[in-house]
Amino acid sequence: MADSDKRGKGVSRRQFLSITLKTACSVGLMGIGLGFYAQRANALPPMAIRPPGALPESDFLSACIRCGLCVRDCPYDILFLGQLGDDIPTGSPYFIARTGPCEMCEDIPCVKACPTNALDHSLTDINQARMGLAVVVDQENCIAFQGLRCEVCFNVCPIRGKAITLDYQHNARSGKHALFIPVVHSEACTGCGKCEEACILEKAAIKVFPIELAKGELGHHYRFGWEEKAKAGRSLVTPDVEHQYNLPEGVKYDLQGKGLIIEEKAEAPGEPPFPSNPLDTLNRKRGED
Amino acid sequence: MSLTRRDFIKSNAIAAAAATAGVTLPASKTALAGDDPDVRWDKAACRYCGTGCSVLIGTKNGRVVASQGDPDAPVNKGLNCIKGYFLPKILYGADRLTQPLLRKKNGKFDKNGDFEPVTWDEAFEIMREKWLAAIKKSMEENKGKPVDKLTSRVAMFGSGQWTVWEGYAASKLYKAGFRSNNLDPNARHCMASAVGAFIRGFGIDEPMGCYDDLEHADVFVLWGSNMAEMHPILWSRLTDTRLTKPGCEVHVLSTFKNRCFELADNGMVFKPQTDLVILNYIANYIIQNKAYNKEFIEKHVQFNKTPTDIGYGLRPEDPREKKAKNRAKGKLTKITFEEYAKSVEPYTLEYASKMSGVPKKQLLRLAKVYADPNKKVSSYWTMGFNQHTRGVWVNGLLYNVHLLMGKISEPGNSPFSLTGQPSACGTAREVGTFAHRLPADLVVKKKAHRDIAEKIWKLPEGTIPGKVGYHAVLMHRMLKDGKLDCYWQMCNNNMQAAANMNEESYPGWRNPNAFIVVSDPYPTVSAQAADLILPTAMWIEKEGAYGNAERRTQFWRQQVKAPGEAKSDLWQIMEFSKRFKVDEVWPEELLAKAPEYKGKTLYEILFENGQVNKFPYEGKITDDRGNEYDNDESAHFGFYVQKGLFEEYATFGRGHAHDLAPFDMYHKVRGLRWPVVDGKETLWRFREGYDPYVAKYNPDGKKGDVFFYGNKNKNGGRANIIFAPYEPPAESPDDEYPLWLCTGRVLEHWHSGSMTRRVPELFRAVPQAVVFMNKKDARKYKLRNGSKAKIQSRRGEIICKVETRGRNQPPEGLIFIPWFDAGRLVNKLTLDATDPLSKETDYKKCAVKVSRA
Amino acid sequence: MANLPHEAGKEAIREKGWLLANKWLILRRISQFGILLAFGLGPWFDVWLVKGNLSYSLTLDTLPLTDPYVLLQALVGGVIPETIALVGVALVVLFYSLVGGRSYCSWVCPVNLITDTAGWLRRKLGLRGTTQASRSTRYWILGLTFLLSAITGSIVWELVNPVTITLRALIFGMGLAWLMILGIFLFDLLVSRDGWCGHYCPVGAFYSLLSTWTPTRVVAARREACDDCMDCFNVCPEPQVIRPALKGADKGIGPVITANQCTNCGRCIDVCAKDVFQFGNRFATRGSATLQAPPRATTTES
Repeated sequence: MADSDKRGKGVSRRQFLSITLKTACSVGLMGIGLGFYAQRANALPPMAIRPPGALPESDFLSACIRCGLCVRDCPYDILFLGQLGDDIPTGSPYFIARTGPCEMCEDIPCVKACPTNALDHSLTDINQARMGLAVVVDQENCIAFQGLRCEVCFNVCPIRGKAITLDYQHNARSGKHALFIPVVHSEACTGCGKCEEACILEKAAIKVFPIELAKGELGHHYRFGWEEKAKAGRSLVTPDVEHQYNLPEGVKYDLQGKGLIIEEKAEAPGEPPFPSNPLDTLNRKRGED
Repeated sequence: MSLTRRDFIKSNAIAAAAATAGVTLPASKTALAGDDPDVRWDKAACRYCGTGCSVLIGTKNGRVVASQGDPDAPVNKGLNCIKGYFLPKILYGADRLTQPLLRKKNGKFDKNGDFEPVTWDEAFEIMREKWLAAIKKSMEENKGKPVDKLTSRVAMFGSGQWTVWEGYAASKLYKAGFRSNNLDPNARHCMASAVGAFIRGFGIDEPMGCYDDLEHADVFVLWGSNMAEMHPILWSRLTDTRLTKPGCEVHVLSTFKNRCFELADNGMVFKPQTDLVILNYIANYIIQNKAYNKEFIEKHVQFNKTPTDIGYGLRPEDPREKKAKNRAKGKLTKITFEEYAKSVEPYTLEYASKMSGVPKKQLLRLAKVYADPNKKVSSYWTMGFNQHTRGVWVNGLLYNVHLLMGKISEPGNSPFSLTGQPSACGTAREVGTFAHRLPADLVVKKKAHRDIAEKIWKLPEGTIPGKVGYHAVLMHRMLKDGKLDCYWQMCNNNMQAAANMNEESYPGWRNPNAFIVVSDPYPTVSAQAADLILPTAMWIEKEGAYGNAERRTQFWRQQVKAPGEAKSDLWQIMEFSKRFKVDEVWPEELLAKAPEYKGKTLYEILFENGQVNKFPYEGKITDDRGNEYDNDESAHFGFYVQKGLFEEYATFGRGHAHDLAPFDMYHKVRGLRWPVVDGKETLWRFREGYDPYVAKYNPDGKKGDVFFYGNKNKNGGRANIIFAPYEPPAESPDDEYPLWLCTGRVLEHWHSGSMTRRVPELFRAVPQAVVFMNKKDARKYKLRNGSKAKIQSRRGEIICKVETRGRNQPPEGLIFIPWFDAGRLVNKLTLDATDPLSKETDYKKCAVKVSRA
Repeated sequence: MANLPHEAGKEAIREKGWLLANKWLILRRISQFGILLAFGLGPWFDVWLVKGNLSYSLTLDTLPLTDPYVLLQALVGGVIPETIALVGVALVVLFYSLVGGRSYCSWVCPVNLITDTAGWLRRKLGLRGTTQASRSTRYWILGLTFLLSAITGSIVWELVNPVTITLRALIFGMGLAWLMILGIFLFDLLVSRDGWCGHYCPVGAFYSLLSTWTPTRVVAARREACDDCMDCFNVCPEPQVIRPALKGADKGIGPVITANQCTNCGRCIDVCAKDVFQFGNRFATRGSATLQAPPRATTTES
């Protein structure tokens, strides 16, 4: 370090030490300030979504050198850089799903442009991007939950039928109109934000959040039994033995299925000319074609 | 400005852009009513499809500020689809037309001039001039001709979105006033085949069942109907039944995978036109397995065959027409059951599977549910059946299946034709605004029917011409050929909707001899191609009535005033009739039969006839709660116009199985399903107990038995089973044009999008039409999802973005493009081939090629 | 006689003419605005010669240039960047090692435009007051940013870096950056002479480290001609670097300005009516005799 000027002027050792100490203290104070600011400024507001392939936020913030090349190479101009005074770390790229969602280019030019791997270059299939996760945040105002036929989010979803599905449910209120409930699946949702953009409410009922914010986590000790069984392809313990029951005539008990089955009384005279193939009924699955 | 086709197409694109640019609404207009007690609530029928949902409209200070699904409406129980959710916004698009616009150059009308605002007086004056010249010419041409040979050079293209009285007033003005049967509705494009089959099969129009079948059927079969998107609320009812009723099954047939397949237990994609084969196979299966309902057939069915090789409704010089042996023939020949059985015998499972491309197992499963006497089957169809060069046939083939099993006219057993427009039934069909029809299933061809109409309308005998007028497609051809001089389009967008725009619609409209008037609330593609545009009051800016697909008639009161000088279609029709003295438009010899009409205007004869003007108007309409409403037409004409027209119209059907309730009743109820006899609705027709007319016409019949009284004078009340074979479509893919093109709609937009594209949220949800394509086809033509494709047919080309992973998944060899987008006019590609019987265009099949744009 | 600060350079203009007396300043401004324009052509005129900004840029889609300071912070934060970014760093380090690290400050940095303006105005208005912060503060801050980057795992200085923020403000969107620019301007004008660049900016501090062995240097080749007008001291943003070279003949110090804080701005060359200074080679100028001032046919005054 060049302090020749001061020494040249004949600064005494004592003066030098005091200046050094003063400088060190003020810089230290500044450091504390800057540290706190960094901590606060690095917190990303939930509506700002990072471009595809962005590393986990903390890694991203150390890797992104704020060059803006991803912004420049986005063909749809949806990316912005955080500006001084925004809630977004200065100079870091983001998009706002409600006003301009990711169009999910197949060649992912924003990732290619990144010089520091802050946007992970190992992402080559845009469908594998996890920019965020869509969440139906307001089930009271989402009109689909009330039985209206909207489904705009389902229809605009680029991972059609996988990231958002419609869960058909009986509408107890009207008694005869099914509900078509949108359900987001985190294993397929890329967080592109198309659904949030298209949501027809004044304020979107489906919103994309950073994944850390959107996801819950099951207790580490717990497993869903049926999923484990399906994974293993068999029961994890010794299978159940066959049960016997005391039952009156005409009544069966199906342990794994319907439970008590009271068989229909004999058909009225006049059998159908040909019985329907029972396999038709047994093999029936929704969506089969 | 000389408007070349290129200019026109260019200006389309601009208008499309303007429509999207002008979509934002000032916040105050959309402000929600909340719990504001000053908001006046009243009911109205939804403006869109034939489902007939009811909504409640909240009005304050002359503006619609709120809306909700009507919780008491039996159809929708407070629910709406996404279009219905935004209903109020369709009134407040930024580019509403507020004054008449006429093409002018140097202050005078000029076909090649630019649109300039004019007064209503000037607009009607130029119309009168053109109409009068055309009528004079027609009168010259008609000199010495009998009444059933009369032709006319003036036409009107109306709508299944007209209110009941608008259709009725138009019918009177044209068929009686102008003595022109050239009145056809856009329902020609959507319901005509269904109508044809109803009349041929049952002798009376409209479905026998109702929406309650949706809860009572065990099995649903969809034939060429994407109900999941096009009838959203009915689909939610069907889905609910599928979810809650044990054993319920849904079978879906379409030429491409659509959203209904998501629910389907048996989803079948068949090759275009082979529905004819599949239906005959099912009939054959039922007969081969002796599953048919013998008793029902013996008592209630007559077997027939129809002439074959009937052509494709193209221009007569088209080689396909010249080749046809029985061009447009439809007269039925009675056959025996055995002959019928023999006719369907070739339609084996193997043949059906080979022709349709549907696996045998699936076809068999479908045949079995129809053949199972213990399963109640409701079949639903829309445009897949109706927009079909053999539309009447294919409708009939489905009735054959239901009739063989006797699965008809009872809860859950229902062949049901769904409608696409809010009043295709109520107005176009029941009022009879077709070129061949009069109210209540009367037809112009029959003198007895004309006599009835002339009597009710207090007109001299021979006023209504007996020759069928030009149907929708023919009108465009006649305009192009110079045989039609004046064309007035109301309440629809036929330039966008009609097929083969480049070769027929556009040259027809822009023919220098033709004068085209378009009445519309918005500057549509049609308005752009017109000579005179009349600004129109829409939906709840007038008192109205719609009839939905289940025969339910629903009324609403005028809620708000139309903007600027916009006037309702009803006002336009009636006001225009004041401009003609009967002496100018009727020949001497006709007028001689009613000398008292001499010197009177058409308005006086048609609307001040002591019936229409019977009910006074007290300056306001008041509901049961004391709320007050405007009625601009009644205020203008000085009597309760809607009531007078409705009551006169209702006299046609009352006592003839088309009974409508008294006018005032409809303002109180959430719609009634006709026939309404003694205040009681009819849910299922033709069955004793449900339909009072069965007992009336067939007093000796068994309790609970059916009687098809529409045919009571023809064959003793039997329904007709009509054999029709498979015949190929008018145009199929070949080496040069290797793909099928199918057109249709999407959930978010309604028809030509003139209303829904002006709702920002709906626009954002589906901003433009895309071409749905199979991934393999896309790869073949070096396209991928999102890239631009040029689609060409022999008639034109358009450019669309490719969608390979969207809601519709076509099989290889077929593409689907919706037609709502004014910026991508798919009807430049389509062929104007029609069912030769129903004259309904086949929008589902033509040949195209695709390349990178 | 020493000239007054606000008259710095007037004599040179009289002696050498306006153009020669502002030669390096003009060239520098051309460089600075040229770089701004290169970045701005894309967003303003849709001509994409250079994409990115001063942290990292890609010229004509081939030439990468990476700010080594930013990248070092990232490295400290634990990031392994793409090769292209490292190539960019290598190119930048090599370049500035040759032309002088702090040439970045005077020839590239957009903040220099602001602080130069503040400094000029300060002289013109005769504002004297200044705070007594150590010029070494910037090195403390430099160290601090690395420390914080390591602790927080983020590129800390980029949150507040006026250099990149100013450029980004111009080509990506302003936000509140104008407040920061105004702050620096007022600070330099009213509070501290050469306050920001001369005392606090860790970017300059970092680049000064690249200057340590730089061959390209300003040389007081004709230091014997110095008439103590003080103009060079008045205009120099780092005046402490001049004295040893200019006045160190007696102590056996060579005429080359070797201090790494020198920004190679060349303003001292411009304002010196006696043509004492010139750009030269650090090694070749050890013997001042080898360097001859260009002959000049002007007379000197006073």
